[in-house]
Amino acid sequence: MGPVGSGRPPTTVTKPLSNASAAAIPAAGAGRASEIVFDAVTKRYPRRAEPAVSSLSLTVPAGEICVLVGPSGAGKTTAMRMVNRLIDITEGDIRIDGTSVRSLDATRLRRRIGYVIQQVGLFPHMTVALNIGTVPRLLGWDRPHIRARAQELVELVGLDPAQDLDRYPAELSGGQRQRVGLARAMAADPPLMLMDEPFGALDPITRARLQDEFLRLHHAIRKTVIFVTHDIDEAIKMGDRIAILREGGVLAQYAAPDEVLTSPADDFVGRFVGTDRGLKRLSLMALADLELEPAEADAPDRPSALLSTPLRDALAMMLSHGGRPLTVVGDDRRPVGVVSLETMARALSSPVGAGRRAPAA
Amino acid sequence: MIVAAASPVIPDFGGGGGCARANRTFCWDWFSAHWGDTFQPALLQHLALTAVAVAVGFVIATSCALVAHRRGWFEGPFVTVSGILYTIPSLALFQLLVPITGLSVLTAEIALVSYTLLIIFRNVLTGLREVPEETREAARGMGLTANQMLVRVELPLALPAVVAGVRIATVTVISLATVAAFVIDRGLGAPIFAALQSSFKTEFIAAGALAVALALVADGLLVLAARALTPWAAAGTS
Repeated sequence: MGPVGSGRPPTTVTKPLSNASAAAIPAAGAGRASEIVFDAVTKRYPRRAEPAVSSLSLTVPAGEICVLVGPSGAGKTTAMRMVNRLIDITEGDIRIDGTSVRSLDATRLRRRIGYVIQQVGLFPHMTVALNIGTVPRLLGWDRPHIRARAQELVELVGLDPAQDLDRYPAELSGGQRQRVGLARAMAADPPLMLMDEPFGALDPITRARLQDEFLRLHHAIRKTVIFVTHDIDEAIKMGDRIAILREGGVLAQYAAPDEVLTSPADDFVGRFVGTDRGLKRLSLMALADLELEPAEADAPDRPSALLSTPLRDALAMMLSHGGRPLTVVGDDRRPVGVVSLETMARALSSPVGAGRRAPAA
Repeated sequence: MIVAAASPVIPDFGGGGGCARANRTFCWDWFSAHWGDTFQPALLQHLALTAVAVAVGFVIATSCALVAHRRGWFEGPFVTVSGILYTIPSLALFQLLVPITGLSVLTAEIALVSYTLLIIFRNVLTGLREVPEETREAARGMGLTANQMLVRVELPLALPAVVAGVRIATVTVISLATVAAFVIDRGLGAPIFAALQSSFKTEFIAAGALAVALALVADGLLVLAARALTPWAAAGTS
């Protein structure tokens, strides 16, 4: 996340994101990510007929964000909490890099997995630095190392080390708290992170900003992430893959966001992603993904948009300008082409999009 | 009734001049003349009685609260027993204890400790239980063991409630310890009893005022200690 979006003037940006994140990864285990396999995982609670999770099987490749999404009662959080054994598995198994979580000591397993929850759960009696240092302390790192790591991470998540390290959670805003929660989860450089509606309690603006920053951060650190949400839009935005669960913890579809939108597996998924799924697909693509019409020389009063603009925003611009085409410009502001409503409609009707996510603005 | 073991203090009328002989409301001269031989030792004894009672009560009540925190069934029996102890009138409790433990400091301390148990137990347990669920959840999810969670998270967060309990217990014991003069000639209760028998006003007013002052100072020190121990509690409210 780092420099962008923290609201600080550019002069305080000390280093580009890639350097910041590289520095944030300690020598022990640089950039590890784990593959997670759910193998016919079932969770049954006593005195309840329906299982909470029913024979869930899916594989999350190392370094990807897998979003578990579904209505309440679909067992998303239950499925996630079985990974770090906050909930015991009734049947089946979950393997991290081939090792069954059942074969590991629960507390040691949890120290290797980053954990972020909606209510953040910062320790109110500890400063930001101490909160972030929780797992490193449990792992027995020495003090200067822990402090340095906290400083690094605070910067990485877009807070100000000089000012914020020694603050208490009560002195932070909701967005700042969740940033600290994220930093705390990443402190020991875990190869896997579990995030349970991490941005659910934030206002829409803060949420969108944290989503964008997290995606950018993830691009740099490439941890495996299991992300739970009930919000299909967030799932589409955040996920490399989306696992849509229905009530009773049954997996309805597991696919890339674009595939979920273009070919929902069944009526349930279709209803869940909504009748506006065509529009939703637009946010997965940017103008750069389209085959543009050639730029015309003289169209001075035509609205223009950057190549990196998501199609959804570009469509909105066109509609608010009476449906007129847009001049698409590169980063150097030179026109590279023209996009019209027809171009966009063609792109939507093509079976699968260009397969790349629109870069977060 | 059991009367203090020592003989009543006969006011030294000579020490305070006319004021004391006339038994006016408060004779400063008499008080300062007897500070060294009566009031200062009584104050220190009172302080010692209180400190021992609160310390012992704290250890017992906190240990039991920790047990009840892990094993909920323990709360009921402890509250019942300490509740009964709490409601027995102090004089009756002394009467009950004297045949067993005699006219001793032990008798006084047993009675005083028994009044601290319920208060401290309740506060410690409430403090532990009021730790937010998300804080516990995050702690578990990060791999803290149950003991690490207790020591690093639950007890520190329970501290304000714990100190609140200790404050009430301390003030209660300072007040009740004057009654301990029924069994032992110690503490600020001793000059009060002596003065009651001779109806000498200065002596019991002075001893009573010292007990009140002691309670206020002890309470104030505990408030300051709590602030020093929980800097986070003030954060965000300023």
